[in-house]
Amino acid sequence: MTPTLVVQREEQRPADEPRTVSAVVTGIGVTAPNGLGTEEWWQATLAGQHGIRPIEGYDTSAYPTRLAGTVTGFDAAALLPGRLLPQTDRSTRLALVATEWALADAGVDPGELPEYGMGVVTSNAGGGFEFTHREIRKLWTEGPEHVSVYESFAWFYAVNSGQISIRHGMRGASGVLVADQAGGLDALGHARRTLRRGNTLVVTGGVESSLDPWGLSAHIAGGRLSSVPDPERAYQPFDIGASGHLPGEGGAILVVEDAAAAQARRVRRCYGEIAGYAATLDPAPGSGRPLGLERAIRLALADAGVAPEEVDAVFADAAGVPALDRAEARALEAVFGPYGVPVSAPKTMTGRLAAGGPALDVAAALLSVRDGMLPPAVHVPSPDPAYRIDLVRGEPRDLRVRTALVVARGHGGFNSAVVVREPKAP
Amino acid sequence: MNRQVAITGIGVVAPGGVGKKAFWDLLVSGRTATRTISFFDPAPFRSQMAAEVDFVPEEHGLTPREIRRLDRAAQFAVVSTRECLEDSGLLFAGVDPTRIGVSVGSAVGGTTALEREYLVLSDGGKEWEVDPRYISPHLYDAFVPSSLASEVGRAAGAEGPAAVVSTGCTSGIDAVGYARDLIAEGSADVMIAGAADTPISPIAVACFDAIKATSPRNDDPAHASRPFDRTRNGFVLGEGAAMFVLEDLEHARARGAHVYGLVAGYATRCNAYHMTGLKPDGREMAEAIRHAIAESGIAPEDVDYVNAHGSGTKQNDRHETAAFKATLGEHAYRVPVSSIKSVIGHSLGAIGSIEIAACALAMQNGMVPPTANLHEPDPECDLDYVPNEARAVDVDTVLTVGSGFGGFQSAMILTREGTDA
Repeated sequence: MTPTLVVQREEQRPADEPRTVSAVVTGIGVTAPNGLGTEEWWQATLAGQHGIRPIEGYDTSAYPTRLAGTVTGFDAAALLPGRLLPQTDRSTRLALVATEWALADAGVDPGELPEYGMGVVTSNAGGGFEFTHREIRKLWTEGPEHVSVYESFAWFYAVNSGQISIRHGMRGASGVLVADQAGGLDALGHARRTLRRGNTLVVTGGVESSLDPWGLSAHIAGGRLSSVPDPERAYQPFDIGASGHLPGEGGAILVVEDAAAAQARRVRRCYGEIAGYAATLDPAPGSGRPLGLERAIRLALADAGVAPEEVDAVFADAAGVPALDRAEARALEAVFGPYGVPVSAPKTMTGRLAAGGPALDVAAALLSVRDGMLPPAVHVPSPDPAYRIDLVRGEPRDLRVRTALVVARGHGGFNSAVVVREPKAP
Repeated sequence: MNRQVAITGIGVVAPGGVGKKAFWDLLVSGRTATRTISFFDPAPFRSQMAAEVDFVPEEHGLTPREIRRLDRAAQFAVVSTRECLEDSGLLFAGVDPTRIGVSVGSAVGGTTALEREYLVLSDGGKEWEVDPRYISPHLYDAFVPSSLASEVGRAAGAEGPAAVVSTGCTSGIDAVGYARDLIAEGSADVMIAGAADTPISPIAVACFDAIKATSPRNDDPAHASRPFDRTRNGFVLGEGAAMFVLEDLEHARARGAHVYGLVAGYATRCNAYHMTGLKPDGREMAEAIRHAIAESGIAPEDVDYVNAHGSGTKQNDRHETAAFKATLGEHAYRVPVSSIKSVIGHSLGAIGSIEIAACALAMQNGMVPPTANLHEPDPECDLDYVPNEARAVDVDTVLTVGSGFGGFQSAMILTREGTDA
């Protein structure tokens, strides 16, 4: 049942004027190239174990990029009901499994919570791409009557939110955001917004996969991929040898709750709070106006009520493209001062997962808070000395993390930032 | 912070004409824009009709580089953005760009360009391992449709929060709802918000053929979209865009802007039932309507016009008729309800915004657009659907709804400024 709405006509005030809520993360589900399941992925991440591999399943010899962060050992048939297999792309299967793990981690049985109080807000940049590649090929080689009855909803960007809501009976305010990589943080920001407007629990994050030949071609078209064939040298953000990045598949799903509601159901664990969020768009190229990343960071800190010196760690966007690395290093230096805060880039172990990447970074930030340990960036042997940032390289760093900043950028000038904070003592 | 949000500019690209005037003239004319598909040979398909926009980009101020760079959906979005900016007077208002955000709805984004690029890469589908030598630099922008938001941002000089909202066929309402939220909470003072979709492509037509969602009445394309009619047999695909300038009401007043109306209430819910199927009771849509009404502070009987989703599928029209009765009670039988999809088809993610434009223009013109092609009433759809002829109605409060794949159900209340809600 939804709360009773009292319409106050005299004051012309909306019945559900947004509340102030503390949005806390109570469950994490991860499907990543370097680990299936949160703990497996996290231990690999702390140990610096990467999941960058040659793309398999077809002949990649003609492609300039042949490496990616690939999820191995994912047995969808063992993890999902058989009826869901013919109607879902690999990206949606990975998302459904991550969701199930996140809900289990949060100790939530959605059947016991109010149906209209639970929402699903995901971000998606590519949709069910391999699925649609197969179907569009059938259309053009065999004819329209061979196109799957599931194509109409297996491809579109809303597929993960829709399938998750159906599987878990979540009928509350939900949504889908697309802003390339940055969308992964926009989803979290909007998830928090739906809590302020009446939801008590939201499943959020992003999980992607688009490494089929057509999907890989689309990534290549973006113009930012590395063509270095060595898995340990291809994606080297902030390094003097930076040559672009690698794509990847997977991501993270988080369960975010209104802290009061989480407490009321006696939640067993709270990883931390989504304390701040902001997004900006870069000005049109050639305008001479400053890029929006620094502003997004400052706005997110202000939203969290956090001063720069209170931030213990930063999870960087780490594009691996020299001009973009430079812009990010400058923004971090402007906000935190030279070498002012430890900076990590665990996505060097997974490749960039589109909307899944920032969601996975938020998971890493929360586990850094939990364990007092910051994971490293790997494969960065020679950081460019021009970037005055304290990049945590090769080995994890023992560090008490109370507050962390996660940064994400996307093609087209999207900048988003999220601040996570340690859970309040009960 | 919870500020009121005003619509101060409207831009439309819709079948039947470019610009909001051509759009409105068509809606109230009794004509329809559905026809046999001309973009490709529709012969192999079950449904061979669509509402196409006759759009010559050069005639609408797009430069040769924009025409090369922008996919059709982005062209529509940019042209309607320029119209809404001019309409609002915002172009010369000296607003801080960092306080202007962007929210663009789209269900399938760059699908037309994607399919075109696919055919080149795969040489007509022959090769699974597509040939990377034929990769176009524009493929990435078609692949990730957030390019729509960055192009609108460029066109508007916006540097605030920006995203594409992609909740399938409710995207056009949800993108405006998202913009409403951002202004209300203070994240932006102005949002360039709306939606664009150009799905008339072989793969989209094949998708809907496969589940028999579109009408096969190929011998009578002008009368194929028949919402609420007993003989309805599916929707007719469309394309288009509508963009708005939304702004904090105080901000609009301070610069003396014309206010079409307020976004007074909005809610979205999921049916958590089926990716494409609807239960006949309209329960979750009713929940969204109830919440949007409560949020706006109006009473159900204050609604002067209901802009229906009215897609013309058997299940949809029954589903939402039930939702209107559940939420408006006896008033459901008195209030005019109509579906402009009868005239301009169903443009997926764009239609929700195009319908919001129709609602704003209905308030402005004191006129409700009709449901075309409604001649044989369906006993299961027994409301006043304004058959075939526009009706003069004083409209102060509008309810508009959308329903889509994935189970999304959205509802929005628009009111005229100064309405004593």
